[in-house]
Amino acid sequence: MPGSVQSIERAAAVLRLLAAAPNGLGVADLGNALGLAKPTVHGILKTLHQVGFVEQDHTGAHYRLSDAFGRLGETYLDPNELRSRAINWADSLASRSGEVVRVGRLVEGKVVVVHHVFRPDDSDQDLDVGTTLPPHACALGKAVLAFDASGAARPGRLDAYTTRTIVDPARLAEELMAVRAKGWAGEFEEHTVELAGIAAPIRGLGGLVVGAVGLTGRIERICDSRLRHRSDLITMVRATAEAIGRDLREER
Amino acid sequence: MAEQYVAAVDQGTNSTRCILFDRRGRLVSVAQREHRQLFPRPGWVEHDAAEIWRNVTRVVPAAIRQIAAEPSQIVAIGITNQRETSLLWDRRTGQPVGHAVVWQDTRTDRLITELAGDEGPDRFADLCGLPLTTYFSAPRLRWMLDHTPGLRARAERGEVLFGTMESWLIWNFTGGPQGGLHVTDVTNASRTMLMNIETLEWDDRLLAAFDVPRSVLPEIRPSSGVFATATEVLPGVRIGAALGDQQAALFGQTCFSPGEAKCTYGTGSFLLLHTGKEIVRSTHGMLTTVAYQIGSEPAAYALEGSMAVTGSLVQWFRDGLGLIHTAAEIETLARTVEDNGGAYIVPAFSGLFAPHWRSEARGVIAGLTGYITKGHLARAVLEATGFQTLEVVNAMNADSGIALTALKVDGGMTANNLLMQFLADLLDVPVVRPMVTETVSLGAAYAAGLAVGYWPDLEGLRSNWHRAGQWLPNMDPDRRATEYANWQAAVQRTFGWIRPDQARSDQ
Ligand SMILES: Nc1ncnc2c1ncn2[C@@H]1O[C@H](COP(=O)(O)OP(=O)(O)OP(=O)(O)O)[C@@H](O)[C@H]1O
Ligand SMILES: [Mg+2]
Repeated sequence: MPGSVQSIERAAAVLRLLAAAPNGLGVADLGNALGLAKPTVHGILKTLHQVGFVEQDHTGAHYRLSDAFGRLGETYLDPNELRSRAINWADSLASRSGEVVRVGRLVEGKVVVVHHVFRPDDSDQDLDVGTTLPPHACALGKAVLAFDASGAARPGRLDAYTTRTIVDPARLAEELMAVRAKGWAGEFEEHTVELAGIAAPIRGLGGLVVGAVGLTGRIERICDSRLRHRSDLITMVRATAEAIGRDLREER
Repeated sequence: MAEQYVAAVDQGTNSTRCILFDRRGRLVSVAQREHRQLFPRPGWVEHDAAEIWRNVTRVVPAAIRQIAAEPSQIVAIGITNQRETSLLWDRRTGQPVGHAVVWQDTRTDRLITELAGDEGPDRFADLCGLPLTTYFSAPRLRWMLDHTPGLRARAERGEVLFGTMESWLIWNFTGGPQGGLHVTDVTNASRTMLMNIETLEWDDRLLAAFDVPRSVLPEIRPSSGVFATATEVLPGVRIGAALGDQQAALFGQTCFSPGEAKCTYGTGSFLLLHTGKEIVRSTHGMLTTVAYQIGSEPAAYALEGSMAVTGSLVQWFRDGLGLIHTAAEIETLARTVEDNGGAYIVPAFSGLFAPHWRSEARGVIAGLTGYITKGHLARAVLEATGFQTLEVVNAMNADSGIALTALKVDGGMTANNLLMQFLADLLDVPVVRPMVTETVSLGAAYAAGLAVGYWPDLEGLRSNWHRAGQWLPNMDPDRRATEYANWQAAVQRTFGWIRPDQARSDQ
């Protein structure tokens, strides 16, 4: 068994002290209480601030627990913030691939479309931000489901949308295991006949999957002659997810 | 051969970005760094120009590293910048003289009133296309010369140089004290009030009126054309363009023909309408400005409607009031309610810009009742940007005699779907977002790439433009009329807040 991680122990101690001090504490208070040097405490607070567990008061001198800390089970990333962070990279993916791009996240068993970029051919298309998709029947959904540990977000019933939709829970579990292994999810006529898609998970701080980005288009454009998802598109989608994740993890 | 890219350097009000674009005009990497906003007194806004240059030296290599490219793959640098922000620096040491005075700064309000005298704020409009307000550079330059001991004498001896941000960057890119090139471009020069809008040269009458010595001024160059070869940061790479951020966005949206327009939603928001080779004089509060000049071709002009406070109102809601953690969260908060609940926020933080140009105005929250929650205020914050756009579009339509049929938008606020839908509803035209929201940088890249032959012509650039999103109007006309009437009533209440006897002393 590996030993315990010291910085996590210290972070836990800081959180306990803050929880017991409704008016907040300064770096020096915490350092004195824990017998730690100021720079050490400062580093811990900075990271806890970055992950959203502590807040600074308006003077910046005092830290306290954030209200988000009491609601850890809820999603930590605002969906509109996800769109703001994704927009440059989603645009770039759409113009490179020539396909429709969407960013989605899992909410109560459904994929909610957070961002939608038109196919860059200037044809008539309608924005579908805010609409929902069945997670088991689309690439975006499988890309997030594969990394969902709670189970609570899973769809209750596996409805069929086409004859190719996965409706057997055991087969879905296998499929999600494959997604975890590959790092991306494919879709082949499971939601709409003649359409295929590719999606990859977006990882925020600490590796947490906060959503997925993917493209959809006609089978002959998304797949090669042997009906396999095109590897150049897979690479583009994964690089896009990685770029959005990097933006999210970067310090504000 | 390894792929080649153009590097755009966007020196903005809040941050400095370097963005690389490929031959199809697609964004391939972004690096960004914020700089400090200095508020030494109410109404004063300053930047540390040395900090800004340091940020440039970091974001450019970072953007190249992000895609594991080599500096040799960069074919040109395009520079774009926050406009009107003014700086003086020492020619010999390269040190800035004090801080740069930012476009939002209102310290020159007394000076403006004095300069306007009996002839009024439009005294110089025939020569430079602009009204006298605290917004432009010349009054700021005059203020610095008047208030820094010994500076005027040093200026007259040619020891200090004046510039807006692109001048400062180009001078540093080309060696600074060691042979740095002291230049500006026509678009930035058109925002000083010192350039003659017809001849595109510094005008002696304007220099005399503002009491500015010619020796401090940079040489005016076309916006697109090789300025010099960089010796710092990207040694050997040609600087192919410089243009003000809003003009760059017009270029990036490929608005190359008369009648084409765009609105960029950032810290402030700016609607620009291309008017071709013709200088159109507004009778409805729009500015006449240079859109761009490509090499030795004649300049293209634009009419501009400037809104000072749009994205910065969201920032105030976040940092000043602390009601949200990130700018984007305002949409989440605004969606907790159905409508504005009767509340209107008019953000006249530095007076009102277009179409009113009232420097004595200050902000109001109108229609407050006990019913109003933070959700309603969040809506009012976003709607303020919509209403200001409607005012500007109405004025622009009146000036040009043609009604806008669709609005091309770009900038950070276009990530806000609630705002984009509200804009379409209010303007009653489709609102269209292109594939690149960082259009400011794209325009600078386009202008630089054209100068070095990376792109052959404007037509080729046009074919890169594609629609990424569109919002269609869907609001009952009666409701639209009522909402706008309420807004106009709120605007009336901002007027005349700073009274002449109250104006701060300009020491
Ligand atoms: N989702 C959003 N909703 C509302 N406002 C937003 C959103 N995202 C960003 N903003 C606002 O947009 C502005 C940032 O946009 P952008 O980066 O285009 O501005 P900018 O003016 O170019 O910045 P700079 O001042 O550095 O030049 C900020 O003022 C921010 O408050
Ligand atoms: Mg900007």
